[in-house]
Amino acid sequence: MAQATADPRLGADSPDALRSDPRKRRTERIARLVFMSAAFFSVVVTLAIVLSLVFEALSFLLGVDLGALFEMGWFPRRGLFDVRTLIVGTLLVTGIAMLVAAPLGLGAALYLSEYARPRLRRSVKPMIEILAGVPSVTLGYFAISFITPQLLRPFQSDVAFFNLASAGLAVGILTLPLVASVAEDAMRAVPQSLREAAYGLGSRRMKVAVNVVFPAAISGIVAALVIGASRAIGETMVVAIASGATGGSLFSLDVFQPGQTMTAAMAALGAGTDQVRGADNAFQSLFFIGLLLFAITLGLNVFGDRFVRRIRERY
Amino acid sequence: MAIPSPSLSADPRVAEVLVRRRRGSISGGVFRGLLMAALVMSLLFLLALIVDMLVEGQGVLLIRPVEFLTGNLNSNPALAGVWQGIRGTLMLALIVAVVAFPLGIAAAVYLEEYAGDTAYARRVNINIRNLAGVPSIVYGLLGLTVFVKILGADGQGGLTGGRTVISAGLTLAALVLPVVIITAQESLRAVPAGIREGALALGATRWETVRHHVLPAAAPGVLTGTVLSLARAAGEAAPLLVVGAVTGVFFVGAQGFFEQIFSGRFTALPMIIFSWARLPAGQGWNSLAGAASFVLLIMIVVVNGVAIYLRNRYEQKW
Repeated sequence: MAQATADPRLGADSPDALRSDPRKRRTERIARLVFMSAAFFSVVVTLAIVLSLVFEALSFLLGVDLGALFEMGWFPRRGLFDVRTLIVGTLLVTGIAMLVAAPLGLGAALYLSEYARPRLRRSVKPMIEILAGVPSVTLGYFAISFITPQLLRPFQSDVAFFNLASAGLAVGILTLPLVASVAEDAMRAVPQSLREAAYGLGSRRMKVAVNVVFPAAISGIVAALVIGASRAIGETMVVAIASGATGGSLFSLDVFQPGQTMTAAMAALGAGTDQVRGADNAFQSLFFIGLLLFAITLGLNVFGDRFVRRIRERY
Repeated sequence: MAIPSPSLSADPRVAEVLVRRRRGSISGGVFRGLLMAALVMSLLFLLALIVDMLVEGQGVLLIRPVEFLTGNLNSNPALAGVWQGIRGTLMLALIVAVVAFPLGIAAAVYLEEYAGDTAYARRVNINIRNLAGVPSIVYGLLGLTVFVKILGADGQGGLTGGRTVISAGLTLAALVLPVVIITAQESLRAVPAGIREGALALGATRWETVRHHVLPAAAPGVLTGTVLSLARAAGEAAPLLVVGAVTGVFFVGAQGFFEQIFSGRFTALPMIIFSWARLPAGQGWNSLAGAASFVLLIMIVVVNGVAIYLRNRYEQKW
């Protein structure tokens, strides 16, 4: 009982149990019930996602010739469902995205947490938040109108109009603010006393940043990268606009040519869900890829979350 | 330095005066420059984005700005406008606000004020964090199965009527729900326990405490979080693609705003950009896509900027 009153948010044996006015007690019960069902609704959403994916995905796996999952390419309307094409496309785009987001995001985070004056940080952080809010269709358009012609063409003359590289760079820009803000939170959570001890021993600022703050924040930094990669894997519209290959794609490792990722393949199938219904299993393949995507991002998020909680526990 | 800072790292000159060796300070300067370059690059992207949209869309934005904003979709690029998209996006935002905000805030109140640290609450919390990481296109599949097919009888009537604004709006509401819950939880957690204890000690019930004390104190943070999630929903296109927004030309006739919500064909600003951006170059569609991107970008940057400004302005330090 003593503990229950120490934290008023705790448990059933709270002051409310002692209240005598029956009207108030009824209101209290109703309020509690309403809030509880609202929280339970999030569990319902999760179950609905899993169930709507699993049934159609199973009917796809049962209906399709399993050999078609490892054919020469991804052409769902012709019955070729090479999952490797999509996974390799996704890995290429995510890899390029992380090449942009990891160094820039971590660099910006380290600068903001270790070098920037408070005033600079106060004015820069909102801008990073705004960059995080940029809609992905806009970045998809940016990829074909700026990144391909202005950034890629000068170095690689035979780059196609729609290509995986520009999609990857744009996804990187999209992921960058997420990586930066999660990493910065982790770096700022490093206790001041660690920095002071290093300065006391005569270290310079760079030494402190690289040898003290970075290792101390490493689990948060890993979490930032993992969560960033998960976001990049799930990004749809940038890739759907910039990577081309609407109808399907051959297995390919060339990032300067059109390609297909899991999400872009789903967008292409989803945009024509009316027409797709006739084709054998093409509609169901949408759910199979969706389930695959759900499982991969869920795994990465759970993994990243574990790292985030580790920094919280330590300090 | 008006206020002297207690920590050494806030004023590094103290440390650097003590150890001044030439070689070290050069590599230190280079390192600092590299980090700053990373930050500047990140911000330059935002600038490049806005300038690029403006340059690409100038042909439309400068010559016929009013017709572009108020015109309907058209198969002729010289006449096409984005009004139907803006209208669709506003309808979707309205549904998200009506459905996701009360649900999300109520769930956050339960988890922070009622549930305590039980195993059930912990599990629900983990579930919500994982939901927030599910890719948006997967929510599209949820919407297609639940709102279009089951509740909408696959277009043959039903509660939602199939591929309608309401189905798409509910899908987006499910998408932003975890974000709304998480940000509301953070704001509720920032309200000091003393406020609750004070109210409870004076004889208020828990509901009275929440309604009159905790929620008003947390309101600025809760509102900012909801507005940010609304902007996210307004910029989202992937779930709409799956749920069945129209990408071509369509007519709704003289349907009223609320009539259209339940009756079918709709599009949204991000969907229009998607369909225009993919049309072959050289017919004027590209510049339309640029202009529409600029409109969407400005809408979202302004909404986000206002929300972030208000949060920083009214943020309470307890």
